[in-house]
Amino acid sequence: MKRPWVMTDGNEATAYVAYKINEVVAIYPITPASPMGEFADLWSSCKDANLWGTVPLIQEMQAESGASGAVHGALQTGALTTTFTASQGLLLMLPNMYKIAGELTSTVFHVAARSIAAQALSIFGDHSDVMAARSTGWAMLFANSVQEAQDFALIAQAATLEGRVPFLHVMDGFRTSHEVAKIERLADEDMRALIDDASVRAHRARALSPDRPFIRGTAQNPDVFFQARESANAYYDALPAIVEGVMRRFEDQVGRSYHPFDYVGAPDAERVVVVMGSAAETLDETVRHLQAGGEKVGVVKVRLFRPFSRKHLLEALPATTRAIAVLDRTKEPGSAGEPLYQDIVTTLSEAVAHGSAPMGAMPRVIGGRYGLSSKEFTPAMASAVFQELDAAAPKNPFTIGIRDDVTHLSLEYDSELDIEPESVKRAIFWGLGSDGTVGANKNSIKIIGEETDGFAQGYFVYDSKKAGARTISHLRFGPDPIRSTYLIRRANFVAVHQFGFFERVDVLENAAPGATLLINSPYGTAHTWEHIPRTAQQRILDLGLEIYVINAHDVAREIGLGSRINTIMQTCFFAISGVLPKDEAVARIKDAIGKTYGKRGEAVVRMNFAAVDAALSHLHRLESPGPAEGPAMPPVVPDAAPEFVRTVTAEMIAGRGDALAVSALPVDGTYPSATTRFEKRNLAQEVPVWDPEICIQCGKCVLVCPHAVIRAKVVEPATLEGAPDGFQSAENRWRELDDLRYTLQVAVEDCTGCSLCVEVCPAKDKSRVGHKAIDMAPQLPVKEQGKRHWEFFLDLPEYPRSNSLRFNNVKNVQLLEPLFEFSGACSGCGETPYVKLVSQLFGDRSVVANATGCSSIYGGNLPTTPWAVNHEGRGPAWSNSLFEDNAEFGLGMRLTLDKQVQYAHELLGRLRARISADGIRPPVDVEQYEPSDSESDLVNAIVQADQRDEGGIAAQRARVAELKRRLQGMDGAEAKDLLSLADVLVRRNVWIVGGDGWAYDIGYGGLDHVLASGRNINVLVLDTEVYSNTGGQASKATSLGAVAKFAAGGKRTPKKDLGRIAMQYGYVYVAQVAMGASDAQTVRALLEAESYDGPSLVIAYSHCIAHGIDMAKGMEQQKNAMLSGYWPLYRFDPRLVDEGKNPFQLDSRAPKIPFREYALAENRYRMLKQTNPDEADSLMAQAQQSVNERWAVYERLAKGDPRPLADASGNAPANAGGEGAER
Amino acid sequence: MNGAIDLSTRYLGLDLAHPVVPSASPLSQSLDGIRRMEDAGASAVVMYSLFEEQITHESLSLDHYMTYGSESNAEALSYFPEPEAYNVGPDGYLELVREAKAAVDISIIGSLNGASPGGWTHYAKMIQEAGADALELNIYHVATDPTMTGEDVERLYLDVLRDVREMVSIPLAVKLSPYFSSMAYMAQRLARSGADGLVLFNRFYQPDFDLENLEVGPHLVLSDSDELRLPLRWIAILYGRVQADFGLTSGVHTHLDVLKGVMAGANVTMLASELLKSGVWRITDIVEDLEAWMTEREYASIAQMRGSMSQQHVGDPAAFERANYMRTLQSFRLDPTGLMV
Repeated sequence: MKRPWVMTDGNEATAYVAYKINEVVAIYPITPASPMGEFADLWSSCKDANLWGTVPLIQEMQAESGASGAVHGALQTGALTTTFTASQGLLLMLPNMYKIAGELTSTVFHVAARSIAAQALSIFGDHSDVMAARSTGWAMLFANSVQEAQDFALIAQAATLEGRVPFLHVMDGFRTSHEVAKIERLADEDMRALIDDASVRAHRARALSPDRPFIRGTAQNPDVFFQARESANAYYDALPAIVEGVMRRFEDQVGRSYHPFDYVGAPDAERVVVVMGSAAETLDETVRHLQAGGEKVGVVKVRLFRPFSRKHLLEALPATTRAIAVLDRTKEPGSAGEPLYQDIVTTLSEAVAHGSAPMGAMPRVIGGRYGLSSKEFTPAMASAVFQELDAAAPKNPFTIGIRDDVTHLSLEYDSELDIEPESVKRAIFWGLGSDGTVGANKNSIKIIGEETDGFAQGYFVYDSKKAGARTISHLRFGPDPIRSTYLIRRANFVAVHQFGFFERVDVLENAAPGATLLINSPYGTAHTWEHIPRTAQQRILDLGLEIYVINAHDVAREIGLGSRINTIMQTCFFAISGVLPKDEAVARIKDAIGKTYGKRGEAVVRMNFAAVDAALSHLHRLESPGPAEGPAMPPVVPDAAPEFVRTVTAEMIAGRGDALAVSALPVDGTYPSATTRFEKRNLAQEVPVWDPEICIQCGKCVLVCPHAVIRAKVVEPATLEGAPDGFQSAENRWRELDDLRYTLQVAVEDCTGCSLCVEVCPAKDKSRVGHKAIDMAPQLPVKEQGKRHWEFFLDLPEYPRSNSLRFNNVKNVQLLEPLFEFSGACSGCGETPYVKLVSQLFGDRSVVANATGCSSIYGGNLPTTPWAVNHEGRGPAWSNSLFEDNAEFGLGMRLTLDKQVQYAHELLGRLRARISADGIRPPVDVEQYEPSDSESDLVNAIVQADQRDEGGIAAQRARVAELKRRLQGMDGAEAKDLLSLADVLVRRNVWIVGGDGWAYDIGYGGLDHVLASGRNINVLVLDTEVYSNTGGQASKATSLGAVAKFAAGGKRTPKKDLGRIAMQYGYVYVAQVAMGASDAQTVRALLEAESYDGPSLVIAYSHCIAHGIDMAKGMEQQKNAMLSGYWPLYRFDPRLVDEGKNPFQLDSRAPKIPFREYALAENRYRMLKQTNPDEADSLMAQAQQSVNERWAVYERLAKGDPRPLADASGNAPANAGGEGAER
Repeated sequence: MNGAIDLSTRYLGLDLAHPVVPSASPLSQSLDGIRRMEDAGASAVVMYSLFEEQITHESLSLDHYMTYGSESNAEALSYFPEPEAYNVGPDGYLELVREAKAAVDISIIGSLNGASPGGWTHYAKMIQEAGADALELNIYHVATDPTMTGEDVERLYLDVLRDVREMVSIPLAVKLSPYFSSMAYMAQRLARSGADGLVLFNRFYQPDFDLENLEVGPHLVLSDSDELRLPLRWIAILYGRVQADFGLTSGVHTHLDVLKGVMAGANVTMLASELLKSGVWRITDIVEDLEAWMTEREYASIAQMRGSMSQQHVGDPAAFERANYMRTLQSFRLDPTGLMV
């Protein structure tokens, strides 16, 4: 049978099979498994049928717990059902997994295995998650490669149907799930041959049916539970043989041979490594290499990990084995050894004891950990493990791949060892996310892999920032299947797609001698050399690299491709790499362009064709480079940075984090705040420039800046003496501020160039309306001066928070120090302006609980983090627990604070006499505290303090300082306790921050409970209406008619009205805001929320890259959302009831534009128009109807309509835009 | 309808029941709209314009937003599902032409606004293949480039026409702007270069200033009958001199406007603003009014009155020329009462 060879990744390969052999699929996004669900949803929306000719039903759930519950139900009623997950998602499925296994139910869950969050979250791959599922009673089948991921998806399904035990089908997250490789795609016939319809019907027959009722899921008592638990043993005993049988049938059908354990290596091997997952491929490669050198080594690849078949393992091990190293990609702190190690030891010791071991005597067995969180596992490391087995006293346990200078468990290895054959061409590409490098490379390997007989592999490394993310593509091309499951160590081809990388990272680290170096340079062939840093120049000369130069950005601009240099650079690669003959390559690139872009229209194809042609004519060889006299590399972080930043953070920034030793890292995941300020990324080609002549000092640009790079201060004129050249200031435009000078500065090195500031600036030049008080200008010419201005500006004194100005409007708020700065969020992010605003208003006394998602990633992903500290050293204390529990996490923080305040008050009472006896005069250095007669008693003053405004806070801080001074010298446990708790007497606020995926879906149950608790917490929902962080999957916040992943055909139900639900409690402060629609209302709502002594919920419209908009127009879209009535602004303040007023205030006017006018400016809505116009029209009409209905409800609320909300729907206002309102 | 009066007309080789034809407008953006216009009695429909630039823009912006932010972050390699196919490009337009041809009996005249030489011919051919009875080339060009001469502008029109003429066989009309130094000469050249008809004139949307926000914005104003006079004059001048059919567009709102147009020499009079404002059923009214007017004044047919007030056929040909303007001014000055000065 002829099967197609395709280039695909592990996720798609797995999903392809899973989709074909299931009827119901419950999905929920989690990295790195999300794409499997996305494929299933997409295929379903395209009406692709499964093996039985019917389109599988795809259901997104609110959480993995929900997905597993839905799967359990679907299975119990007889459908072939599956789901995809990883990491925390798998953990949430565990309770149902016990049930599913306990009921002997046939199913396969496909897992892209990933680290479990411990001292930190990690999205990368290891086996911690699946190892946590060992006790559930599920079989576990490990795929080591993309090909195996596809094959085992089928084998697992066939085996579970035959053996009834459910299966986890596991591949390594990222390494396998995201590696693009050439595989032979299974045909439908193959799947039919393996899946026995009789077993499918048997599965169906075991289901619940009222036509033949039975009960399953009883409660059992001590009398029978135990026996019943043992009753399924036979199924587990039988399973290895069943798997073996299925594998044999697979081999007969397809030709590829698998066994529960596969051995590769010398038949007479003495040293053997046992391993599972993608590292097995590297070991396979290494063993063959060592064997060729005469070494007696081998590797056992564990495929069926559960049920663990001792028999099959012993059959796989050579009788000559004398030493075994077991490698585990997980860590079980405090155990006698990691799981696989323990299984091997147990099996061998039993076998030796019973005389059934093939090797007679007990081999030496050592266990080691490797590869946590996608840490590299290379042939060099594999060799080191074999070497260790030869040592007189091998380490046990050991680690490999890191340097452990604390407990000294790590093995040394020769990082220079390179065993890849010459026949494999290796290429590394340094690109930016926005330049299209990865997409082009995926195209290139597809060309080689699918259009020629050769093999290809692509693996892509991304950095942790969203704006200006660096990507490194690792591409291999060769005549044979590629097993190298590690990054390229020696590249024959290195492409630097952004010249600026030379200054920041060692892009030539992995260049092989004589390799080809392709540089995209703005300096032309003649002047490129002189701009390359000296160290890189020297490396080029030492390695004898052959250099080619193109100014791809110029070419792209001429053609109209903007910053997308992908096709140009791809063409250059093919032109000089020799992977294919040039003419053939050009023809194939054009063919690929047609396939990739054809459906997006002829114009796109034409433009890319032009890029191919232009690339060839603009590419030049740099013949004689010259001496290494280029500029020095700038330091990674300033010399003045704290030691930890210089020694640890800087190494991570520079891409050398892998080399950091264990001792360099904090033991408990605690890191310093405010480190983004040390990482100057210089991303923006254009930055805002201020014109004080025109500026009206409104503060809007400062407010919307997502990265806090625009800041304003008012300062005494004298402080500006000695200002650097060109430093600008103006007379201030506040009545209250006398002769203070106003200055507005831009951090030109931190700006991402989003230009939101320019869009919101209302001040236009009266003689030239195109010129505003803030305009974009090229960064390079202003960079050096800008740096000096910024440094000077930072040293200027802050306007005191407790002075006369009240920070209750946008203009005044601009003077507050942001304590959230330079985050890794997308350029033009719609969330971060809110986060920054919260940090300005309350950050010096905030504790923040942050749900997992975009905000936890740009807020907490190393190397540098944006939550900052003010000039007094105070700042938000931030933490992330999980995705699903953030509200509860934040409530816990509140509980502590409440309890501590209560206890501190009690202690104050108990210690009153001693505290007062110490005198009431404060020391002179506490400026803010001037005790009045009424608070002559410090204890009373503290307990009764009015801390509602900044002045009150400052006064309380002074009192607490005085209290601590008095307590310092006091003896006794209570005084010491009070001293340790005194700081909580200054009112702290708790902010519970997260996205809509958390608030509307996975965390909703908890959020609801926390709101209902009545405790003083503040919830900020950054509502992007999709799961932004995982790539735009639909949530219940997604609106009707919008296309999202998991709603590829357009969402069918209206957005959940979270605010209205919360209002039902009556005692929850609720506000819906949109900064672009009304920044004043946003400020007001946040202040009210914080001041409300009870639960507060603020739902903030956050435009997002996942909306498919020009991010510079984000605020305009926010305004349109409000104008259309889709996003009404309102505040519900329970305090108003006490004043006899309506607690609900509608802050926006009746809709002025139809919904579609707002919606169709966004790709998420427009897309459906382009894929299914009729459906789009119908959904648009329904969406308008829904807007009308909601608006009517809110209008009634605003009028104080006493009727219950549920009865008040309908009756759309005449002016709400409707079907006929098109213009 | 009174059988005695013959309202029929011939335009671009098509036999039409009467000269009232909806011009390119959003009304023809759906099959339903086209059906409604037929039901209201339209004798033909000019489809809304296929804008090449818009197709290009849609395609590029789709590509932009589908790739924007993609392949940048390990957790979000993209932000949208990638469907199997999109409805970008001319497919939707062509499908509508096909559907309209199958669904209605009246003539369907395509309308095209190209942007590139290849685009004009490529899309013209597609529209012909989709079954359009004729094609209107909507050359919407605002000559803003100070280095472009009048001759360049004229050549642009002629080149487009010749290129398309070579590629398609259906009748072609050219929709013109009034901004030619020598309108008559230009009309002549177009007619000789293969235009079967001329549509006078294109209405350009004029931007307006928003003084509140100091912005320049698009400003769409529907026409009124006053605007009739410009095309009326030119058709009257060209009729009989230039061998082409004439479509009068801009300012047609009533049966009187239709009558004026036909008497000037128009084969058809086209309307959109009136239908957008008052609904497509206005076509029925206008045709009925037209017939009633003709009955009352004992006209037998449209053919009989066509061109009856063209420059060649009126008693005072100078009324259409510049001298007429001079005289108008002088007539004010000569007003004996002095009130009109």
